[in-house]
Amino acid sequence: MAAKDGSPRSFQEIILRLQSYWASKGCAVLQPYDMEVGAGTFHPATTLRSLGTRPWAAAYVQPSRRPTDGRYGENPNRLQHYYQYQVLIKPSPPDLQDLYLGSLDAIGIDTSLHDIRFVEDDWESPTLGAWGLGWEVWCDGMEVSQFTYFQQVGGHDCHPVSGELTYGLERLAMYVLGIDHVMDMPFNDPDAPIALSYGDIFRQTEQEYSRWNFDQADTAMLLKHFEDAEAECDRILTAAQPDKAGRNIVMAHPAYDQCIKASHLFNLLDARGVISVTERQAYIGRVRALAKRCADAFVTTEAGGGQPAGQAA
Amino acid sequence: MPDLLIELFSEEIPARMQPRAREDLKTLVTDGLVEAGLTYAHAKAFSTPRRLTLAIEGLSAESPTLKEERKGPKADAPAQAIEGFLRSTGLTRDQLEEREDKKGKTLFAVVTKPGRPAPEIVAEVLDRVIRAFPWPKAMRWGAGSLRWVRPLHSILCILTTEAGTEVVPMAVDGIAAGNTTRGHRFMAPGDIRVSSFDDYVAKLKAAKVILDPAEREAAIWHEATTQAFAQGLEVVEDRGLLTEVAGLVEWPVVLMGAIGEDFLGLPPEVLQTSMKEHQKFFSVRNPKTGRIEKFITVANRETADHGATILHGNGKVLRARLSDARFFWDNDLRTVHAIGLKGMAEGLKAVTFHNKLGSQYERIERIAALAAEIAPIVGAEPDEADLAARVVKADLQSAMVGEFPELQGTMGGYYARAAGLPEPVANACKAHYQPLGPSDDVPSEPVSVAVALADKIDTLVQFWWIGELPTGSKDPFALRRAALGVVRLILANATRATLTQLVENAIWRPLAAFDDNYGSILAVGPVKTSSNDSEMVSGAQYRTYRHIRSPQSLTEVCLMEGEVEIGLYPEDLKGFRGDEYLDFYKHVRLGFRDPNAIPPDLLSFFHDRLKVYLRDQGIRHDVIDACLAMPGNDDLTLLVKRAEALAAFLATDDGTNLLQGFKRANNILTQAEEKDGVEYSFGADPKFAEDDSERALFAALDGAEAAIAPAMAAEDFPAAMAAMAALRAPIDAFFEAVQVNSPNEIVRRNRLNLLSRIRTICLQVADLTKLEG
Repeated sequence: MAAKDGSPRSFQEIILRLQSYWASKGCAVLQPYDMEVGAGTFHPATTLRSLGTRPWAAAYVQPSRRPTDGRYGENPNRLQHYYQYQVLIKPSPPDLQDLYLGSLDAIGIDTSLHDIRFVEDDWESPTLGAWGLGWEVWCDGMEVSQFTYFQQVGGHDCHPVSGELTYGLERLAMYVLGIDHVMDMPFNDPDAPIALSYGDIFRQTEQEYSRWNFDQADTAMLLKHFEDAEAECDRILTAAQPDKAGRNIVMAHPAYDQCIKASHLFNLLDARGVISVTERQAYIGRVRALAKRCADAFVTTEAGGGQPAGQAA
Repeated sequence: MPDLLIELFSEEIPARMQPRAREDLKTLVTDGLVEAGLTYAHAKAFSTPRRLTLAIEGLSAESPTLKEERKGPKADAPAQAIEGFLRSTGLTRDQLEEREDKKGKTLFAVVTKPGRPAPEIVAEVLDRVIRAFPWPKAMRWGAGSLRWVRPLHSILCILTTEAGTEVVPMAVDGIAAGNTTRGHRFMAPGDIRVSSFDDYVAKLKAAKVILDPAEREAAIWHEATTQAFAQGLEVVEDRGLLTEVAGLVEWPVVLMGAIGEDFLGLPPEVLQTSMKEHQKFFSVRNPKTGRIEKFITVANRETADHGATILHGNGKVLRARLSDARFFWDNDLRTVHAIGLKGMAEGLKAVTFHNKLGSQYERIERIAALAAEIAPIVGAEPDEADLAARVVKADLQSAMVGEFPELQGTMGGYYARAAGLPEPVANACKAHYQPLGPSDDVPSEPVSVAVALADKIDTLVQFWWIGELPTGSKDPFALRRAALGVVRLILANATRATLTQLVENAIWRPLAAFDDNYGSILAVGPVKTSSNDSEMVSGAQYRTYRHIRSPQSLTEVCLMEGEVEIGLYPEDLKGFRGDEYLDFYKHVRLGFRDPNAIPPDLLSFFHDRLKVYLRDQGIRHDVIDACLAMPGNDDLTLLVKRAEALAAFLATDDGTNLLQGFKRANNILTQAEEKDGVEYSFGADPKFAEDDSERALFAALDGAEAAIAPAMAAEDFPAAMAAMAALRAPIDAFFEAVQVNSPNEIVRRNRLNLLSRIRTICLQVADLTKLEG
């Protein structure tokens, strides 16, 4: 499958190599979260699991949607649907930078020939009420990853601190494979009997979703869905304890699903151009309030390092 | 004397934070050591992306032993008092000394504080400095609680003497100090054992790390200019970028690459900004054509292929970036050709400048009217100034400025030329923002001057009107800079503007236009709650307004008793006054102060800026005050002309002596006036003169008056002051020979009236009473 010099030849090979690299470093290789999210950070395996005291190590691919970035499949670099590779380790190990550099090696970036740099880039997610310090990693002047030490998530100080790595997979793969237009990138082995390019798989969907995102999505419906998600999140979190069987179950994850939904609905509304500059802040604030309440709930649960599930307080 | 070496080795420290961190490390550690009683000869701090280092030479090996003497109670004091003293000193009774003084025997304690060895002090100080280091942003990592700019990996802390090297025993949050560090992340990642500063620097260099940022900067600049020179090119100087790049690498390797032919048509500023902002590249210019043809990137390592892969990768990223830039450029030019620059500016209707002050477009309308008013004063055509004002901010709507805000004005100039607008209009696009700081150039082309003044005066007037004033160090709308800009524009161009008038018009014009366009200017009262007997819902909150209908001048737009603010309602109200629930006022732009207060307020703000500016030019503040007190003080050019002449005059002997004479005359006169309760201002007659010196003074005053009047009319202050200087000898002689307070009341009054003539003449030139000395 790999080229003679050992470098990868397709998009999926890069993903597979990252999967096996991080598996070999002890991460649980998870699957994508089954909801529409704007970035890998939204996966509860990152957002929620970065909270509380329990150790954690996970790696996964997360399909991500940014409706405003749609370009009908015409722009060589921009997509409304793309893939992120996400690694989260808590507490952040002292050799995280070296582990990261090892992953570049694994996907065929020879660090003895390239100029790898850690350039200041502080990360902040106003919708998640989260921030961290770190870098964007440059390879020969090109940003190939985000590297962040989480300091706060959902308004909670992170203790211990998680180290988060995010690879923009298309961009990284295009760089490694020497491709100029994302749609030209081999998805599977270019010598396979049925060789598929990224464009074979996604050109049409990019066109369809671009049209829907920008022109067709029913904004009245989206707005209503936003409010429904907000209300449901609230309802879930304020549900009476204990339940009818006498169990105390905090529904942090179902509530967080509604927060994810609200966030994505906001992104869709934004792409439809129906949110003014002043309203924008208000919407972001509403999503952040949900994220914060989900975080508050999660840290009371077993996974969040609080009360074990099912026991009365 | 030992030397101390400290290295704090971490993950990559942001380049912009390194210079300040070096200073902080040096100051905090040396201050701490000195405070603990150590001395040192020399200290210097260094940084690379991964380390912060401090080298201290000639540190004392221990702090001195100190003897402290404390006076206690009397020897025969109650036991309780003595016990308390013993507790506070930690001594026993037999260790105290008894000393005789006037009142008897008093106890004294002599406490010896033994000196402490340097390592102990260094460990304490360094621990404290690391835990409280003032990083602009710090973080935690792993499971620890220590804060540092990025994870801290190791601490090197050694004391070196001729006898050998000693590791200072200490540990911070589990990181124990040692004598090792590491080399370059990729080229020499192994551990290095260090015995002294020289050893450290040499071993780091062997491990591909240049410790001193100044050395890295010099190496980068030398190599960059050499490579460019070899091809007949020159590197565009950029100190800030050089410092930043030197903070991003430990082992700088300079690589030069070409910019694709298809991008060379972009404006050089665009190439330069894009390359610098996105990729931290230097621009390389062809001095013959002025075009930017190559780039220089600084890598952090050597490679087997001599940087070929690195250069290739960087070139590829550059192409993507410049493709974006060219897309913006082509798009903007298409827009300009299709709808013109004025058309582009139309888009600013949808852009809010400030929620109380409306859109950018409304602002442009005001600036255009003001620029047209200023134009004749500065020698520009009003129509051209108006046109310029309407297009200079159009580029805020362009794609290029959206991407690179710092290109505002610069792009406007290109787009104005592309639209075929006159050259002075194109130049004004960039120049009207100037001067941007105290050392920035001041525009001199009349159209640029008119628009630059109008832009700044409008900003000041509007923010003053809504009460958004600078306070202390806070000046979010850069109003001080704008006012200094107005001062410098006026002075540099010797503009004869009556500032108060311009300010009044700048407020009045948009108000009048608003009224003409069926808007309603309201004077609004405070929030009240309705009572039972009113027509309104009982208990509801409401406010009263007075509709200022069709005002004919600014004085009519004022607040009367019980009114708290001016509001602008976008529709035509029919009545003269009314009560409305609070909902109504949601449609009113509120928060405007009484506009009549603005001109004097703002003038004194201009005067404050002028004072600072003139003080920097070496003119004393009392000289400025003496001139500020004169009429016409809102004509800054006249004001400064006067101040400069006065300062020059006071620098001469005649000037200082005349000032003394004036003060003497003024003091005698003022005292007499206070005592007599009258003003001596009229009717000095030479026929009552008793002395030759008195008659000579009459003659001198006649002569001076005759010379000063035309000089003042011609604003020839040096001539007026020279004429005044001629009074010095007669005044001196007069005071020498004559007693003003003569017993003869007629003579006395005549002399006081004579002094009054001196005062009147001198005060024509400046208010000399304000002068010191």
